Amino acid sequence: MFFDQQKSVMAFLQHFALLLALIIVFSTSCKAVTLEVGSVEVGYNDSSKSSATEDTSTSINGSTDGHAPSVISTLPIVTWKWHHIETPYLVALWILTCWLCKLVCELNHNVTSVIPESGLLIILGFILGGIIWGADKAQTFKLIPTNFFYYLLPQIILDASYCMPNKLFFSNLGAILIHAIIGTCWNAATVGTALWACYEGGAMGTLNIGPLQFLLFGALISAVDPVAVIAVFEEVHVNEVLYILVFGESLLNDGVTVVLYNVFDAFVSLGGLKINAAEIVKGIVSFFVVAFGGSFLGVVFAILISMLTRVTKNVQVIEAGFIVVLGYLSYLTAEMLSLSAILSITFCGVCCQKYINANMDEKSVTTLRYTLKVMANGSETMIFVFLGVSAIDKNIWVWNTGFILLTIFFVVVFRFIGVFFLNWVLNQSRLIPIDITDQFVMAYGGLRGAVAYGLAALLDEKKIPEKNLMLGTTLIVVYFTVILQGITMKPLVQWLKVKRAAHSDLKLIEKLNNRAFDHILAAVEDICGRIGDNWWTRGWNRFEENYISWLLMKPKARKNRDYLFSIFHKLNLEDAINYVSEGERQGSLAFSRSDEAANVDFKKQFGSEFADVMPNIMVDMSNYELGIEHFSVTSIVKDTIPSVSLDIHGQDRKNAMDDINAHHLLQQHLYRSRKHHRHKYSRSHFSINQNEDEVQEIFQRTMRSRLESFKSTKMGVNPAKKITKHHKKELTHKMPNGHPDGTGHLYGDEVDIAVGSETGAINSTFMRDTYTVGAGIENPVFLPDMDSPTHSPPWLMETEAVAPSQRAQRRLPWTPNRLRRLAPMRISTCSTDSFLMADVSLTLEEHEEHSQTDHVEMRPVFD
Amino acid sequence: MGSTNSTLLKIPNVEVLMQETGFSPAHIIRLHDRFKALDKEGRGHLCPHDFGAIKELAMNPIGDRIIGAFFSPGKETVDFHTFVKILAHFRPVDKDRPKEPNSPEPINSRSNKLKFAFQLYDQDKDGKISRDELLQVLRAMLGMQVTDEQLESIADRTIQEADLDRDDAISFEEFRKSLEKINIDHKMSIRFLR
Repeated sequence: MFFDQQKSVMAFLQHFALLLALIIVFSTSCKAVTLEVGSVEVGYNDSSKSSATEDTSTSINGSTDGHAPSVISTLPIVTWKWHHIETPYLVALWILTCWLCKLVCELNHNVTSVIPESGLLIILGFILGGIIWGADKAQTFKLIPTNFFYYLLPQIILDASYCMPNKLFFSNLGAILIHAIIGTCWNAATVGTALWACYEGGAMGTLNIGPLQFLLFGALISAVDPVAVIAVFEEVHVNEVLYILVFGESLLNDGVTVVLYNVFDAFVSLGGLKINAAEIVKGIVSFFVVAFGGSFLGVVFAILISMLTRVTKNVQVIEAGFIVVLGYLSYLTAEMLSLSAILSITFCGVCCQKYINANMDEKSVTTLRYTLKVMANGSETMIFVFLGVSAIDKNIWVWNTGFILLTIFFVVVFRFIGVFFLNWVLNQSRLIPIDITDQFVMAYGGLRGAVAYGLAALLDEKKIPEKNLMLGTTLIVVYFTVILQGITMKPLVQWLKVKRAAHSDLKLIEKLNNRAFDHILAAVEDICGRIGDNWWTRGWNRFEENYISWLLMKPKARKNRDYLFSIFHKLNLEDAINYVSEGERQGSLAFSRSDEAANVDFKKQFGSEFADVMPNIMVDMSNYELGIEHFSVTSIVKDTIPSVSLDIHGQDRKNAMDDINAHHLLQQHLYRSRKHHRHKYSRSHFSINQNEDEVQEIFQRTMRSRLESFKSTKMGVNPAKKITKHHKKELTHKMPNGHPDGTGHLYGDEVDIAVGSETGAINSTFMRDTYTVGAGIENPVFLPDMDSPTHSPPWLMETEAVAPSQRAQRRLPWTPNRLRRLAPMRISTCSTDSFLMADVSLTLEEHEEHSQTDHVEMRPVFD
Repeated sequence: MGSTNSTLLKIPNVEVLMQETGFSPAHIIRLHDRFKALDKEGRGHLCPHDFGAIKELAMNPIGDRIIGAFFSPGKETVDFHTFVKILAHFRPVDKDRPKEPNSPEPINSRSNKLKFAFQLYDQDKDGKISRDELLQVLRAMLGMQVTDEQLESIADRTIQEADLDRDDAISFEEFRKSLEKINIDHKMSIRFLR
């Protein structure tokens, strides 16, 4: 009860603090605004030439004009240079403000589960806009179409297209295109005409709008916005076909809308009288040229990017940047050629993803993915906030109830009619028809967003006198669709029982069978002797494999890119990550492989270590092991913890013990090379490799010490280092740190015997009873017969002794004699693997051991 | 219309066939034409080498298995009825068709589609896909890009995923269960057979 209260208080405080932070940041930017306004006035007075400014860039020009020629009388220590950094500062502050808004929205999941985030952001935008209005008595900040189209939109589209599920997209491309092209044209035409008809019918009073301008408005309002759609549908998780239909349509139809808008805009500029059949034909031709030209340009850029990534191996750090820059360039180039920029960047992203993912390093792919996500989400947030901010402006609001309500009505109604009709047509030939509920959601998901607003804001007031009415109406439609439809979308989807996305784990067998199904279908089509979908798919795949991949992919990437194998690889990677996290959770990264290739059993190694110490636990363990043997990897990861508890306690204790010892010893005795300045930061690499100098030094010192020790053995002098003489050791036995006595002794003794028994033989043949401080360390040079050195546990060593690395200690159970001893228990599970691994890792360890020899050498102790 | 009827009349028991497979007369005629085209010597039945003559099919990595699926064990020929019945597996499921409670399970039902896929793996017809059988299919489909060891580990992993009773083989029941999430109606249907 008390905790609950405390929790809620804490939550409240958290919210409050964030809100406070938001307000502080925001007030800073507001202050900046007032400053800016002041400066604008100053500039205005001084130069008396600048015009009224909405745009910050013009205000900067004005202000620098005013402040530049100021004469200084004395050397200022610090100066207030607001105007130098004004624009970037404001931009940064606004980005921060918007992102903090997102943070505030996401604080409470109860709210976001009801109202979609996009709606919340708009509402927060209202508040911010209100504050600005209160401070400035004018809307100094708003979403300027240029900024929106050139700086905010491209990355969103690029991200969306780059992350597009390719196969799904192309297999539904027909339906998407039909919806995007015909559906959008239908919406534009019908909304425009219907509004005009109502206007003629007298539903809106007197307005200065001609039929062409109504059509122009219809075109801009029919843009289903990908930003809004993604934002809403991401939270709803509908089935993938429905998702791709809505999403793909919204992406492509933006391009179509912009094209339509431009055509109608041109018509409006031409004026109604000059439009004849030829112009209309030109308009239609231009529509197709612009749309397909843009798509084609995107494909060209995709080819360019893919070819570029073939050769960027040496500049891996900026590899990911190339994609972003070239994608952006494809957008700008299309804009320059007056082709559809949105379609261009869409197809660029969709087409190049496969090849760049294959060509680039895995890390670069991850980097790219995250970069795009950050940029896209960031600007998406800003767009929504600014959609809210822009609304708080007295100047844009021209209220006309009839116009506004009728627009909303027509937008919704014609969307529904269009979607249902087109789906009915499509269903005639679709293998899997689109459900009626899916159709309903598709129609309902026609959210309007920032693209429509941007286009409306682009309208030229000279040509269209009622621009502000259109702008205001667009905003209202946007709010209506994003907030209202956004809120109702989730309950609707639940209520209609729309098929949800079946969230399933990646399964190799599914992928394998998908491949088999493809072959089967293609074969059956051959047998039927008809050219069907699969024939085309196969033909394309073959062409792609033979020619396109050859052109766009690295030879290396081409070789190992079998899809099934990459799935397999991915699964294995996942498992590996699971093992590691599981291992770490249990406090140790040491795990061994069992005989079944994919079965990893953390318990096994640990069990063998522990068997001697606590036989009673071991019984429990072996039972457990028998059980676990038959579980698949994934189930191991899930099942280990609940089934054994005793086990874990034991292990915890043991691990803690080990860790303390290891840490202590490492800290005191691990080889330290001469202090080199280590470059921890590198601009181009993330390597955490050992310093080369250090490796060199270790190597040299080791060689030297080996030579010397050889010399000394030849001379008959006792070598400086020796294998532990355990019974003597016992006397001098000092525990480096207090570790639990009981088990420690048990364990220690046990190992003692084990090590002793093995080294005894060597002692007798190779070296006499000598006692040195270098307890527990054997240089492989001196133990030619042993395939793996034995390590005595840390607590057997004196404080001055050199500890084997932590890794070396972990390897205890792999030493052959232990395995042999454990053989009865492990007989079924004992794998050659673990031996192999032990050997391999031991060779890896040689460096460490060499390094240790130096210390030993430096402190020779004689009998 | 007259030609349609005359072709249909030439096929014995065409009503039964249409009843069983759900194909329309147009489909039956089309398939019959194809059947005759494949049956170059006009024997009224097809042999494996007739299928082998289809160029594209010869390039299909699992083409021979699919051909094999047309021939019931021990038989060297396939007549038109069987031919159509096999192809009926790939007819899309029609939802508007009223479901008669006591009618036998249609050939194009989900489990029949799956059975067809299953028997392509299960070459020795013991009702189980063994590791070797899976490995053969994998080898055919994955080609040269993957080494044998990798193939083996893929096969192991695949079996591990599906194998519920730990007998190192996939029974049909396990096969069906492991593919539960896949829309088989979608993946094992051909549009023009609708």
